[in-house]
Formats: sequence, structure tokens, C-alpha cells
Amino acid sequence: MAVMKKKGEKEVGAISTASLPDVIFMILFFFMISTTMREMTAKVTFTLPEASEVQKLEKKQLVSYILVGEPTPDLRAQFGTAPRIQLNDSYQELPQILDFVASERDKLNEIDKAAMTISIRADKYTNMGVITDIKQELRKAEALKISYAATKAE
Amino acid sequence: MAGNKRKVQEVNAGSMADIAFLLLIFFLVATTMNKDYGINRVLPPYQEDQTKEMEVKQRNVFLVFVDRENRIMAGGDIIELSQLGAKAKEFLQNPTRDENLPEIEIKEIDLLGRVAVSKGVISLQNDRGTHYDTYIAVQNELTKVYNELRDEASQRYFQKPFNELMIKEQRDAIVAAIPISISEAEPRVTQ
Repeated sequence: MAVMKKKGEKEVGAISTASLPDVIFMILFFFMISTTMREMTAKVTFTLPEASEVQKLEKKQLVSYILVGEPTPDLRAQFGTAPRIQLNDSYQELPQILDFVASERDKLNEIDKAAMTISIRADKYTNMGVITDIKQELRKAEALKISYAATKAE
Repeated sequence: MAGNKRKVQEVNAGSMADIAFLLLIFFLVATTMNKDYGINRVLPPYQEDQTKEMEVKQRNVFLVFVDRENRIMAGGDIIELSQLGAKAKEFLQNPTRDENLPEIEIKEIDLLGRVAVSKGVISLQNDRGTHYDTYIAVQNELTKVYNELRDEASQRYFQKPFNELMIKEQRDAIVAAIPISISEAEPRVTQ
């Protein structure tokens, strides 16, 4: 009974592609979930320094960014090439960091406020003067947890 | 036979894959994968009077200074970046209990028992003209020393490297035994 192969029926049927959309949808959902849309457009250009002992920044909603670098080429005519500080979407001066930190902190709930991290994304050719000034402002704003953004070197 | 004619036409799902592909490609392009890495530090609280900022014994401080020409001075000598790690490690471990190297305090730590904890502080100073690149390289080198020390301690007590410790209490114990104390003080003003 078990062996009842009829000769002539050996033809392989076409593989059903009906489940292909499901597979694709699965990959799609993976990307949709792992995607973080760019929230701000960088108006400064920077190459992050390399470091081997970097740690991943956990919990993105707790992280605020300070960008430091030269203005992007299309803005150079207007702003020159001196390093600028970008908070949110615009160039800011040092004293504005206090307000920036306060407003970023207000967005978080009480429990998360202590865990707020400021990520300093600065160009590697920046002079430390700017960075030190930013650090002083952050200390004044009591945003003490910082992270020097760097790319992971192997 | 007549009943068969009334059958509802099945919608062709063949193009579903194409639609899904289209969406997939859109997300592939728009995605920025999580690549936020950085060296984490905790700044000291702000103080109006900066003269009081550090009150530590001379022997407990390891001064690392990066000048505007990106030269590194550590513990009084000008050294290369590659030498910094070994020097900092020797300072933090004080294997020979040298009088000039930092004090060791015996602390009672949960899970570890009595542990010798170094009181050493690495004071990292820079000039305003120092390159950020060099500064990060130095920070990286110092972090590496701490990570190595933590790995060694973790191997000794728990037989696995620090970043493989899954139990929070174990991690906390190692962190307590080897606290990262890098002081990022005010930059020095040099002419």
C-alpha cells in the first residue's frame, strides 16, 4: 500500500509562491520596527573620532544630541567655516545650552530625568576649547551624564 | 453545473509580493540602523569656586595632560599614546604598594568579600587647542585600562569577562571594586 508510485507522475510541480508575500512582509516589519527615522537634519558636517572602547547608547528617547562641526557646504556662504554648535534644528550659541537641556528634560517623565544623557557628536578636528565650553554649560545645566560619540573601531 | 458559475472570483494575490517589495525597499533606504556608540562619562557637578574642585592627596592623582600640539604628558613625562595604558594601569594597580602610587583601601564588597580598592584618580586635562580626536583617543586608552582591570577582576571572581556578566549584582560588585574615576577638570591655560 505504501509504495504506490505510478510511473509518469514524477514531474515536479511548480513551487507555490503564495507565501512569498508573507516572507517579504516579515522582512518589511523587521525593518519598520528597527528603523529610526532621522529626527533632525544635521546642519554641520562631522566625522566622528574612532574609539575601540565605545558603549552603545541605550534607550534613545533619553538621549539628546549636541552637534559640533563646520556648517554644511551649502550654508558656508552664510555662516562661514568656523565650528558651530547645533541644537535641535538650528545653530545656537553656548548660553542656549541651558535652555536646550531644560526643554529636553521637560520632555521626559520624572523617573527618566535622572537618566538623561547628552551625546556630544563633534567633528574630530574640532578644538577642545569648544567642547570644554559645552561641558561647562552642561555642568551648569546639571546634565552630567554625557557620551562622546565615536565610531566603533575594530 | 449551473451552481458553479456563481463562484466568487478569487482576487489575484500575485502582485502582493510586489507591493511588499516596494515598501521593503522604501524602508531599506530610509533606515538608519542604530549606530549610536560613544564613550560615556559623568561630569562633576558645577561649582562656583573652582579652587576647591579637587582635594585629593598628591599621590592619588595621575595627571594626564594633552597640550595644544597634541603631546601627551602623563605623570610628569611626555609619552606616546601607546605607553599611556601601561602607565595608567600601573598607577591604578599599585602592585608593589609603592609610597608614591595611590593608596589602597580595603573595602567589604558584596559577593567579593574584602577587596583592595585603589583611591587613584586620573585627572585628564587639556588645552583649548587640543584636537578632539586626540582627546578621544586618550579617553579611549584610559577606558581600555579600566575595562581591562574590570575584566581581570571579573575573571578572578566569576570566571568570565565583565561584559558577559549577566547578573546585575555581580556587575555592581565589579564596578564597586574598580570605580572609574577620571576627572575632567578645567583646561589649563598655557601660553
